[in-house]
Amino acid sequence: MADLSSYFLGIKSPNPFWLASAPPTDKKINVLRALEAGWGGVVWKTLGSQVKNVSSRYSSVNFNGGKVMGFSNIELISDRPLQINLDEIREVLRLFPDRAMIVSLMADNSRESWHELIKKVEDTGAHGLELNFGCPHGMTERGMGASVGQDPEIARMVVEWVMECATIPVITKLTPNVHSVVPTGKAVVEAGTNALSLINTIQSVTGIDLDTLVPNPNVAGKSVFGGYCGPAVKPIALKFLTTLGQDPTTKNVPISGIGGVNSWKDAVEFMLLGATNVQICTAVMTRGFRIIEDLCEGLNNWMDEKGFVKATDFIGKSLPTMINWEELDINYHIVANINQDKCIHCGLCYIACEDTAHQAINLLYGTPYNTYSINEPECVGCNLCSLVCPVDNCITMVEQRKGDEYLNWKEFQKRGLPLNDH
Amino acid sequence: MAILDNRLSQESYSSNFQDIHPPFENYTAAAVEANRCIFCYDAPCVKSCPTSIDVPKFIKQISTENIKGSAHTIFSSNIMGGGCSKVCPVEKLCEGACVYNLLEEEPIQIARLQRYSTDRAIQEKWPLFTRKPSSGKKVAVVGAGPAGLSCAHMLSREGVDVTIFEKEQKGGGLMTYGIAAYKVTPEFCQDEVDYILSLGGIDIRYGMTLGSDVHLHDLEENFDAVFLGIGVGLTRKLGIPGEDLIGVADAINFIYDIRTKPFEKIAVGNKVAVIGMGMTAIDAATQAKRLGAEEVTLVYRRTLDEMPCTEVELNIAKLDGCKIIWLASPKEITGVDGKVSSLLCDVMVLNSATPGERKSPEPTGQIIQLDVDMIIKATGQLPFEKLVDENEFLNTNGKILIDDQQETSIASIFAGGDCVNGGKEVVDAVQAGKDAAAGILNYLKIIPLPTEPLIINPLKL
Repeated sequence: MADLSSYFLGIKSPNPFWLASAPPTDKKINVLRALEAGWGGVVWKTLGSQVKNVSSRYSSVNFNGGKVMGFSNIELISDRPLQINLDEIREVLRLFPDRAMIVSLMADNSRESWHELIKKVEDTGAHGLELNFGCPHGMTERGMGASVGQDPEIARMVVEWVMECATIPVITKLTPNVHSVVPTGKAVVEAGTNALSLINTIQSVTGIDLDTLVPNPNVAGKSVFGGYCGPAVKPIALKFLTTLGQDPTTKNVPISGIGGVNSWKDAVEFMLLGATNVQICTAVMTRGFRIIEDLCEGLNNWMDEKGFVKATDFIGKSLPTMINWEELDINYHIVANINQDKCIHCGLCYIACEDTAHQAINLLYGTPYNTYSINEPECVGCNLCSLVCPVDNCITMVEQRKGDEYLNWKEFQKRGLPLNDH
Repeated sequence: MAILDNRLSQESYSSNFQDIHPPFENYTAAAVEANRCIFCYDAPCVKSCPTSIDVPKFIKQISTENIKGSAHTIFSSNIMGGGCSKVCPVEKLCEGACVYNLLEEEPIQIARLQRYSTDRAIQEKWPLFTRKPSSGKKVAVVGAGPAGLSCAHMLSREGVDVTIFEKEQKGGGLMTYGIAAYKVTPEFCQDEVDYILSLGGIDIRYGMTLGSDVHLHDLEENFDAVFLGIGVGLTRKLGIPGEDLIGVADAINFIYDIRTKPFEKIAVGNKVAVIGMGMTAIDAATQAKRLGAEEVTLVYRRTLDEMPCTEVELNIAKLDGCKIIWLASPKEITGVDGKVSSLLCDVMVLNSATPGERKSPEPTGQIIQLDVDMIIKATGQLPFEKLVDENEFLNTNGKILIDDQQETSIASIFAGGDCVNGGKEVVDAVQAGKDAAAGILNYLKIIPLPTEPLIINPLKL
């Protein structure tokens, strides 16, 4: 049995799975259900500025018959009275002292507001604070949320206010609605934040009702940009996460990974790219808290198979493999191979290659089944055929190096080596 | 032992004859199945459909909620795509070729998805096709079965004025009169014919039999071309003693009665033997059972490996409780007071034929006796040989010979469907009707405009 316990800024939790600041952590009844189910910790839904939420808050993107590939919300921060939230946090801490309790904050834009809020929250006994610099809808119109995270200097200023007052660990949650998360990440680390978390949701329009012609979600015939999340955003989150791990300043603080974590595999990927733990929301909003069981069991089984005893054995292990394009080995060459015993003759590899890639698959007409084979000299090893093939391990990419030595683009140019001739 | 009608309650009849093909309950259910389809290129299902319906395309159109487009895709290739989705032996056609079979997974439910789109089109009367202005050309179609309707629809779309002469009181041919009632209801058959005719330009005259009410030379005189889709006639005779006893029925007549009368009016024996193992034999046996026969036995002179019906069909009969006797060839029917009392069969053995050839059964000398009060013959239908000979068509045993334009030995007369092929599936007849329409348009020098985007496959050039 691997040790799944997790330490984030000294905050211990029995596993690295926290619920992200969102509707599931809005109140005691939900949070207690989550902790009873086995979640490692929660980030309580953002407290702070006074808001009132609208009805019709969520919308989704479905794909190929699957529901909620992407999810969007226009819900603002908690619209419950602050004192009720604080009382409930205190109660949850009393009932589950072994779980992480982080409280997300978004105060009005003044030093006093932040200080006042932090003091009240710290008084509950919470273990840490997460600064919401990422909410991309509604709050931005008041210069809050993503408006803070999008401007490194404003973010730095707010973190400085926070650090003047906070006595418990501070995590700053970054917005992905920027060309790069590094400038704000650097600024807030320099201002003293103890850790980072990312990503918040991505500003989006999920779709339009083709009968009413109103985008989703429809609020009395109107809509606004929503915050996009769910499985569709994971690749974007992983990219932003990687850039923080590659920057000399931001790589020095722990990161809590967020964005489309739907399974233990996704969680492992975040951790391999440097996240100390992960936060999850959409996956529980679509399937409930019970998914924690498979998250823990899947992670445990994988760690056992790989021989990892504790999470720190593999956190960040994939980061060194992410390099600049110019450093890639041009001599590395792979070609597709179709296992004829496994092939079901669907022709998807053929049409993908023929229409959109390199015309590297031969077609022999048959009745009713055609036979497909690789024209190796034409295959550039792009992977497309193996990606569209519906059969496991039917199309494999076989290494056929162009040369023994490692050769990158700079060296290739320096030597004046020949470019493609067709 | 007696042949009786009114054996069951109305509830039992309606339960026994309810649609064997449950539809998808709602769009979501259809979409889940549609999304299983992987959208094969040059798909085996298309190649295995006699009418070449673009199956992956119509299925993907269901998944994108383009149901009209889906129905149009189906009907463009097969105007009886609704009926075919209910009666086609898909296990040996499209679904049998689905690549999922090669993964040992259930094939895509192509027929059920096809029903989803076509049922909606027919029920909601979507006008998916428009007829070109009349070209002034007139074509007579004899027979409103699948071949005739398919031919008529394609001709009318191109502006040909079509007149169909049909001997029955309804269109649809064997779809309406020759297939088990639990596969297609009379209401559906009527709706399908109405939907086809809603294109316009097709005048249909019922109760007109070729050779008595209407004559070929008149048609030749009054029309620019003629299409014969007259199908085939009754079951071939067994040629054994006792065949004329009361209680010996022809499967075609038996099914015709079921399709044209209330179920309680159909008389069926206590113990019924059905001779043959084709689709019609199965339809006769299962319906005899569903009408209340106590015991139904299918008798076939070859084995499971040679039977013409599919295993899916055989399983319907088995699930209905029909018994099966393999390697038994009817030898004599005996009777009491002029009524059937038993069927004597030679027990057969298959000789070892040369590889690749069909093994032929030979009697072993052993004889079995089945005590029955009704015998239904379903041993293949005979062409209208007399009619074909009288009109001096070149033919093979009554099957009309045609050339590559589907034209018969008599100029301007075209033919297709069962009267040419001797009796195949509905879907084959639909394709024959299309082919003949193409031949007729060519003959009339009408160039059909492509209704589908022209797709050029450079590898096929």
